[in-house]
Amino acid sequence: MSMDALLRSEEMTLCQMFLQSEAAYACVSELGEIGLVQFRDLNPDVNAFQRKFVSEIRRCEEMERKLRFLEKEINKDGIPMLNTGDNPEAPAPREMIDLEATYEKLENEMKEVNSNSEALKRNFLELTELKHILRKTQTFFEETMQGYQDPSLSRSHYTEPTSKERNSTNLIVGFSLQTSQSDDQRSSTCISRFSDIVLFIRLKKNMNGDSVHKSVFIIFFQGEQLKSRIKKICEGYRATLYPCPETQAERREMAIGVMTRIEDLNTVLGQTQDHRHRVLVAAAKNIKVWSIKVRKIKAIYHTLNMFNLDVTQKCLIAECWCPVADLDRIQQALRSGTERSGSSVPSIINRMQTRMVPPTYNRCNKFTQGFQNIVDAYGVACYREVNPAPFTCITFPFLFAVMFGDMGHGAIMFLFALFLVLKEKQLQAKKIQNEIFSTFFGGRYIILLMGAFSIYTGLIYNDVFSKSLNLFGCQWVIPATDKAYDLAALEAADKIVVKPNGTFTGSSYPIGVDPIWSLASNKIAFTNSLKMKMSIILGIFQMFFGISLSYLNHRHFQKPLNIIFDFIPMVVFLFCMFGYLVILVFVKWLKYSSTSSQEPPSLLIVVVVVVVVVADYYYFCYCYYYCFLQQGFQSFLVVVAVLCVPWMMLGKPMYMRYMKRYGQVSVQNLLICLTHCFETKRCLWYSALLLNVLHEEFSEVLIHQVIHTIEFCLGCISHTASYLRLWALSLAHAQLSEVLWQMVLRIAFGFSRGWGAIALFIIFQVWAALTVMILVLMEGLSAFLHALRLHWVEFQSKFYDGSGHIFVPFSFNSIADASPDE
Amino acid sequence: MGCPILGPKCSAYYMIISVWGIIMLVLMGIFFQIRTPSLFEDISVDEEEWSNHGMSLDFVKSKYEDNAVNCWIAAALYAVLFVFSFIQQRMNARQTYETS
Repeated sequence: MSMDALLRSEEMTLCQMFLQSEAAYACVSELGEIGLVQFRDLNPDVNAFQRKFVSEIRRCEEMERKLRFLEKEINKDGIPMLNTGDNPEAPAPREMIDLEATYEKLENEMKEVNSNSEALKRNFLELTELKHILRKTQTFFEETMQGYQDPSLSRSHYTEPTSKERNSTNLIVGFSLQTSQSDDQRSSTCISRFSDIVLFIRLKKNMNGDSVHKSVFIIFFQGEQLKSRIKKICEGYRATLYPCPETQAERREMAIGVMTRIEDLNTVLGQTQDHRHRVLVAAAKNIKVWSIKVRKIKAIYHTLNMFNLDVTQKCLIAECWCPVADLDRIQQALRSGTERSGSSVPSIINRMQTRMVPPTYNRCNKFTQGFQNIVDAYGVACYREVNPAPFTCITFPFLFAVMFGDMGHGAIMFLFALFLVLKEKQLQAKKIQNEIFSTFFGGRYIILLMGAFSIYTGLIYNDVFSKSLNLFGCQWVIPATDKAYDLAALEAADKIVVKPNGTFTGSSYPIGVDPIWSLASNKIAFTNSLKMKMSIILGIFQMFFGISLSYLNHRHFQKPLNIIFDFIPMVVFLFCMFGYLVILVFVKWLKYSSTSSQEPPSLLIVVVVVVVVVADYYYFCYCYYYCFLQQGFQSFLVVVAVLCVPWMMLGKPMYMRYMKRYGQVSVQNLLICLTHCFETKRCLWYSALLLNVLHEEFSEVLIHQVIHTIEFCLGCISHTASYLRLWALSLAHAQLSEVLWQMVLRIAFGFSRGWGAIALFIIFQVWAALTVMILVLMEGLSAFLHALRLHWVEFQSKFYDGSGHIFVPFSFNSIADASPDE
Repeated sequence: MGCPILGPKCSAYYMIISVWGIIMLVLMGIFFQIRTPSLFEDISVDEEEWSNHGMSLDFVKSKYEDNAVNCWIAAALYAVLFVFSFIQQRMNARQTYETS
């Protein structure tokens, strides 16, 4: 792989395909499997209903509807759907009829079974109600018989109607849906105007999982007229009425009949359920494969709809974007597609010349994909522009870790991501739909690197859950003989200043911050100075790197003017302003040893002096400079930096103006250069600008250049200041974790032996949960966002245009992965 | 085997917490035992109480030791919790296996 392949997006080409009508389907299916071509819609003006393969798409939609119905039924029964994860090829068009027939049959069967079982269930319900009615009336009559011993009473009202009375006294029984007690009363008073007695018995019944309260009522009345009236009232209350035989013997007989019918119904219902279950289980085995097949067919016909029919109606013409490197594979796919369809005429693919801007296609693997997404979220790179993603792979987790430096928190993050990475296949197969989880899972490699880098920066900051580790031995030794540090001095003073001159051994702690600083009261002052300098150094380096990437862009797009009038003054300006500062920081670190710890000048004042040229500078010379001649050099830098501004602002417009007047030859050269790099949009824009300048005026270029210059010069300062967020966030993180330790975990160490263990057992859990929630999740999120901003704004603004459009190949991959409801 | 008390998520949570607890508390116990100066601020030496003991080194030493023992006991408790939640996890796994 050459460097260009890593740096830039794939070289793309526009192709024309001639597909024989009978082979087109198979060819498109093969192309969908490899997923390397992006078809252009050749009839954008034709609406969806006027296209060639409308009926096929409609058939596919019908099949999808049937499959959705089946899936709903399967879900209703809680049958697990077999997901083997295999990816069937798109079936040939003639198989579509078979598929349709299968689904049709299944759907009809399901519908029939459903309607049958519904009818059966309704029947069953009615019978159960009848059963309850019979039972209740039976108990009612029995109770009254026992309750009222008085023969006259029982005879006149409550006993079995004798044959004489049968015509006069009627009874109606029924079920009503009970809503409330008062409702019952209302209806009973309503009815009892006409009849002798209304009786409600409350019942609770369980039907279809949800329980329904119903009441049984018995109404006694006399006369046919009343009967019709009562019936009407009952209808008004939506009560179901049942015939009730009047003698006990008849009732018993009826009850027995009802019982046998219920039993029969139960067996029939069971059989229908069994049948339904069998059908659904058989369908569940195949449903995933079926729906993938149908969606593939649909996708193919959608694609075919984008093609043009040629004059002879014998072949379809397609236009597509594809990577130049993959032309062989595409040709191979076309060949096998043609073979599969049995067509004798081969399909042809031709490269086309075009002035259209090709789509941007960055080849990614599962590791780089996450980082590419981060870059693309800001803006898709222009075609063949330098792609920052390969650099982002390292700089992003690193800048994150600078803000998140803690070995403990880094280890938690790393282990979590490691779990996701190691269990990748299983977790992918599970297809968890949870959005938060899938976000973490998608960024697992980013999180893994972020965790690993955080462990490293934690080692540099020497922080593990805000405590320091003394791994290599502290390099500060208190001399036993020194009077300044003995017991008497300790008792006398509140704090003792440990002077590096006598106590520092001279060789520094091998890696990171010396653990002794964790005990010092000026720890924050020390780490602040260290972290601020580090964040400035990192920021300046990243900005320099961004500017040097812009050089690669200018060279690739053959714009020498931009190198001379943009790139060089940018580098010089940034160096004069801040590159020098970085050098000063390193000089300060290297030049002064522990013996001369009082001498180093303050960097802040040096910078102030650089910018504000003070009249009486000899005074500062003695106090604040590192060496002789520094003052002169600094003044020179300021002057150069100021000169860079007009260089950037006026250079290009002036040069072009000059060329327009006198430089005939150059104009021709420019035009040649123009045709040479016509493919890129940026070049087009630029060349259009040039032509404009050549033929019209230079004010537009001037305005563009002025804006660009001001943006860059102000940006240089504000971006450098912006990198200080590295320090601020890492300070906040360290302080927050220290506070959490002091406020929560420290409580547990105050107890006596024994109780302390139990307190520790409980408090540790609280501390651990808070650590994960606040320090790892919340702080991690905030550090992530800041790292994102540093990349998008501070880094990419130096070279990245990000106005391309992304390559969306026609591929079956997304079809096989996506769940059917999407 | 009976019904699990903890759900599958809860038992996984406690398993992770207890592994973390065991590792960290055993290490902290060792650090207290070797009387690391970084943890001096954590052992809550009360100035008055200390001066009652004549500002002696032994008082601080015993404090350090108490905390070391506490850490190890807590680690042992977490070991118990780990075994418990591990069994729960197994039971949950078996139950989901049986029902599916």
